[in-house]
Amino acid sequence: MTAVIEARSQRPTAPPPIPTNPPLLRRILTAFIRDEVRKVGIDRVVVGLSGGVDSSVSALLAAEALGPDNVLGIKMPYKLSSAESLAHADAVAAVGGFQLMQVDITPQIDAYFERFSDADNMRRGNKMARERMTILYDHSARWKALVLGTSNKTELLLGYGTLHGDMASALNPIGDLYKTQVWTLGAEIGVPRAIVEKKPSADLWVGQTDEAELGFSYREVDALLYVMVDLRYSRDELLAAGFTESFVKRVSDMVRNSQFKRRLPVIAKISNRTIDRDFRYARDWGR
Amino acid sequence: MTSTMVVAAAQISPRLGDLNANLEIYREHLRAARAGGVDLLVFPELSLTGYFLKDMVSTVALRLDSPEINELRALSRGTAFVAGLVEETPDFRFYNSAVYFEEGEIRHVHRKVYLPTYGLFDEGRYFARGDCIRSFESKFGRLALLICEDLWHPSTVYISALDHAVIIICPSTSPLRGITDGAVQDDNARYWEALNRTYAQMFSLFVVYANRVGFEDGVGFWGGSEIIDPSGQTLAKGRYYEPDLVTAELNFKRARQRRVVAPMLRDEDLDLTINELLRIRGRTPEGAATAPAKRSAPIATKSQRRVAGRRAAK
Repeated sequence: MTAVIEARSQRPTAPPPIPTNPPLLRRILTAFIRDEVRKVGIDRVVVGLSGGVDSSVSALLAAEALGPDNVLGIKMPYKLSSAESLAHADAVAAVGGFQLMQVDITPQIDAYFERFSDADNMRRGNKMARERMTILYDHSARWKALVLGTSNKTELLLGYGTLHGDMASALNPIGDLYKTQVWTLGAEIGVPRAIVEKKPSADLWVGQTDEAELGFSYREVDALLYVMVDLRYSRDELLAAGFTESFVKRVSDMVRNSQFKRRLPVIAKISNRTIDRDFRYARDWGR
Repeated sequence: MTSTMVVAAAQISPRLGDLNANLEIYREHLRAARAGGVDLLVFPELSLTGYFLKDMVSTVALRLDSPEINELRALSRGTAFVAGLVEETPDFRFYNSAVYFEEGEIRHVHRKVYLPTYGLFDEGRYFARGDCIRSFESKFGRLALLICEDLWHPSTVYISALDHAVIIICPSTSPLRGITDGAVQDDNARYWEALNRTYAQMFSLFVVYANRVGFEDGVGFWGGSEIIDPSGQTLAKGRYYEPDLVTAELNFKRARQRRVVAPMLRDEDLDLTINELLRIRGRTPEGAATAPAKRSAPIATKSQRRVAGRRAAK
């Protein structure tokens, strides 16, 4: 656990708040899911349900966009996952009216770490996230569905996610929403209050919370990221807005150091047309 | 010139890089427009090809003598229309063009002048830049075609209005972005809505704004096509974020009424503007490496001519 650091200095001049507008986001994001799923010639999505607010919001948006019969939620608990998380996933599926199945990942995770018993929490957490990814992709093939993403903008910017694990998806309706925006949207679309209001957790070990692990709260870091990324405040402007130098540096470093997670692998350029360098096509090429 | 006409904006969602699929959308909409008594149908910018074309620009480009364009010519009998496409010239340049078809003929081509190349836009990388803005005669009266970003440069509308356009037709592919608490549409939609009304009022002309919908790689287009009369009133408004057909009857008496009541366009001093622009262009920016553009002799402005006329009379 990292020490909690002071996020704001003594003389704060409040930075502009993050806009929300949940009804408009709901309208745009359901249209996004319908359009981007159906144009591929597919009607369905699969989504991993952790019991947290992010996957709840993604799943409920999809149920509204595509109809509940076209959404499959999958709970993928490990033996240390909390019972409350599973109950919350059940509650969300009940609200959305979509089917929910459970695949326990304990046997394969334990079998693997029997051989590598020295692995720390990070390795174990990453392995679990990637195990869950393979299950989602397998069921997407079985059910002719796309994998729906559940990473929000805050964790994508901070790199607080597992590459090729929970960051993997075919489409992500909430990837441009900060965590605090996901909360207000969740309340709008019927995510049960207990889920919106509980402390965010990756549920990787008993009692884990994101904010304790990160060393700052989502409200604090979202306020900074919004003006730093969206409004492009300079370092001096950030300090004048009341953010401390150490907080700005810590968050800037996290964003820069996790850039690799937001890009394709580096390809050595040989030809005149290298993928994503000078071979440029939209993902929706021909769709 | 007719006294009224029915104009419509086809708020469609084209398929990216699929000419045949989009041609079929055009055919269907033109059939429906003809049946519905529409005189002029406006399709959005690049709606025959999709927007984020990138390396597909040269593959979906059409020469104006191609079979596809010949089919579009034929489809314009009875219903005039504006198509948005990639135009390939005989010397192999590629333009983001809007083409006006009427009675089996191409009556006007506008090549987008201002190619946004910033933020999420990359048009300057892929397209050649248009270099003229001309209003043109149609069977309905004098029209001007301006494409999307062109409208964010007031000179384009100013030129079109002084070139006697009564209707500004703007095919657009405007991406939704920015949210504000309490608004029913995104921020970009609101900026456009203010812009369209301002131009209509300021130049006493009709604005026909045709925007697309749908998503390309997660970027949505906000729709909300609209037809604004010369007093800034909304004659018709499309839905946000969903396909629509936006239709209104334009009565040219409205333009006449506005121009009788508020004859600012008549009073616009073109020579004054030209002189001042020449002066501004001739000034060397501090530190600029290029030589100043050559100066042209100033032209006497309206007021100078009036003064000179009075002096001569004395």
